Amino acid sequence: MSKIDDLDEGLSSEGGGGNEIIGSTSGGEAHSSGSQLKLIVQTFLENKLAIVGIALVVVATLFCFVGPLLYHTNQVTTSYNITQPPGHGHPLGTDQNGYDVLGRLMVGGQSSLEIGFSVAIIATFIGVLYGAIAGFIGGIVDTIMMRIVDTLLSIPTLLLLIYLAAVFRPTLKLLIIVISAVSWLSPARLVRGEALTLRVRDYVKAVRVMGGGSRRIIVRHIVPNAIGTIVVNATFQIADAILVMAVLSYLGLGLPPPAANWGSMLSDGVNYVYDGYWWLIYPAGLAIILTVVAFNLIGDAIRDSLEVRLQKR
Amino acid sequence: MIAFLVKRVGQSVVVLIGVSIIAFILEHLLPGGPAKAILGGRASPFQIAAFNHANGLDKPLWQQYGIYVWHLLHGNLGRSYKLNQTVNSVLANDLPKSILLVGSALVLSLLIAIPIGVFQAVRRNGIFDYAATSVSFLLYSMPSFWLGIILILAFAVNLHLFPAEAPQGQSIGSIISDPRAMFLPVITLTLVSYASFTRYMRSSAIEALAQDWIRTAKAKGLSQRVILFKHMLRNALIPIATLVGLSLPSLITAGIVTESVFNFPGTGFRFINAASTEDYPLLLGIIILIGVLTVVGNLLADITYAVLDPRVRYR
Repeated sequence: MSKIDDLDEGLSSEGGGGNEIIGSTSGGEAHSSGSQLKLIVQTFLENKLAIVGIALVVVATLFCFVGPLLYHTNQVTTSYNITQPPGHGHPLGTDQNGYDVLGRLMVGGQSSLEIGFSVAIIATFIGVLYGAIAGFIGGIVDTIMMRIVDTLLSIPTLLLLIYLAAVFRPTLKLLIIVISAVSWLSPARLVRGEALTLRVRDYVKAVRVMGGGSRRIIVRHIVPNAIGTIVVNATFQIADAILVMAVLSYLGLGLPPPAANWGSMLSDGVNYVYDGYWWLIYPAGLAIILTVVAFNLIGDAIRDSLEVRLQKR
Repeated sequence: MIAFLVKRVGQSVVVLIGVSIIAFILEHLLPGGPAKAILGGRASPFQIAAFNHANGLDKPLWQQYGIYVWHLLHGNLGRSYKLNQTVNSVLANDLPKSILLVGSALVLSLLIAIPIGVFQAVRRNGIFDYAATSVSFLLYSMPSFWLGIILILAFAVNLHLFPAEAPQGQSIGSIISDPRAMFLPVITLTLVSYASFTRYMRSSAIEALAQDWIRTAKAKGLSQRVILFKHMLRNALIPIATLVGLSLPSLITAGIVTESVFNFPGTGFRFINAASTEDYPLLLGIIILIGVLTVVGNLLADITYAVLDPRVRYR
């Protein structure tokens, strides 16, 4: 593998930098994995920003899924009570259809979070499988599989998404599938890189010599060593999916109304920028930013704690 | 070096073939195929069959692909459904404007990101470092269209400093002649790309600072300025060359969004409009064009990298 490939793997997801070191030091000692995990968790919990991130995610989840149970609003039928400023029984005002903005933030957040999590799970699953197979088999199969990934990466995903969203009228499920279909590329590259370096390590060779099969090598050695990278990447995937969904909605290619998400709330609010209806623009925007920041913080913190594990050894 | 070039160019050609295959697949994903998209939903089966025959769509797929690639190689991207122009002429008109927008934002963001990133690395974990990291983190987590809207709210609606809309006009001359209107779109795009550049610049500079030659330079008694600009910066900038190539897709993506926020009459805005009018040849033409630009950009970045850093050679 060339340095250039190394570099761009590092850049395509920031997880790249520390991975190699992790792979080279940890895997050999399966017996100490319990204490290692403890150390990782400990370092993670000592990171204040990580706690902030987790708290934000918990708050956002409660807000979106429990909030509507406590704060009842009419999000079904429109009313004449439109674009009311905050106050008068509407803490964040009402939007252009007369919906309560606070209540809409909760309902809209549900689909934003659902999309984020679903995409991260699906894309990570596909990517890990694809990357592990490519890296483990190696040779010509690896070359072909990775050229396919290169090809897809050279077309900006937003272009593909817009095209697909124009061809197929979007539904929630379809959007999740389409966004996942363009999101599995970076986990595939990362895991392939890990698998490539891991499969030639001495302890993997030792497993071979002792008669262990491919399945044992993958399940007991390669996946546990790559799991850090996978988790970090999945966290960033959630953040990216929420952003992508927001952009698609903004461009009018998201879910058709009455469905709402933070992105579509923003795209509706944009039409009223010049009227000074700030409550149609700031709340949804801040909700997106806080959630994305939270997942990025968590991802960064997990990565850091995986690296600290090495420094403390 | 020659072997590296041959191998790297060969890879790019393979990827370009891949891009053409994807575009071909995308075209055939259309429900009912291109015939239905052009003739409309009410076309009779007979009309569709006639259309397919006339356009060679009843041939085996591999033959169709061959014809498609033949057209591509001649630079023929087909005809727009809605604009009554060839895709080529539409793109030739729009692309220079987009390049102007993305290019100036790219240059500007590098000019800001490099000094700030270096300064952060030198004063690591200081107040400025934390502040700058937080700012880039926030910008990084922001939907780019939201940033654009906030800037419009602040600078156009409230302060009346700059127009909210990008310069309008078909020719690139009319765009250049209205620099005030270019301000907000360029700044939006600059901030978006600054956010990722400065993070990499910081870590690249930190890495360069940790090298032995920096310690040697210090031991020799060289001044901080000479060490920073002569020894550190030149090494830290090498990965940035590759980064610029690699970030082309995300820059283009941000460009599309920015163009649509500010009604900037460029390729990205055209793409969004084409999506809402279901102008598939135009959509595919833009996808192919941007795919090719990205592949070529990556190739150039890799070659620059190899030229700048003699340690890097392809195995």
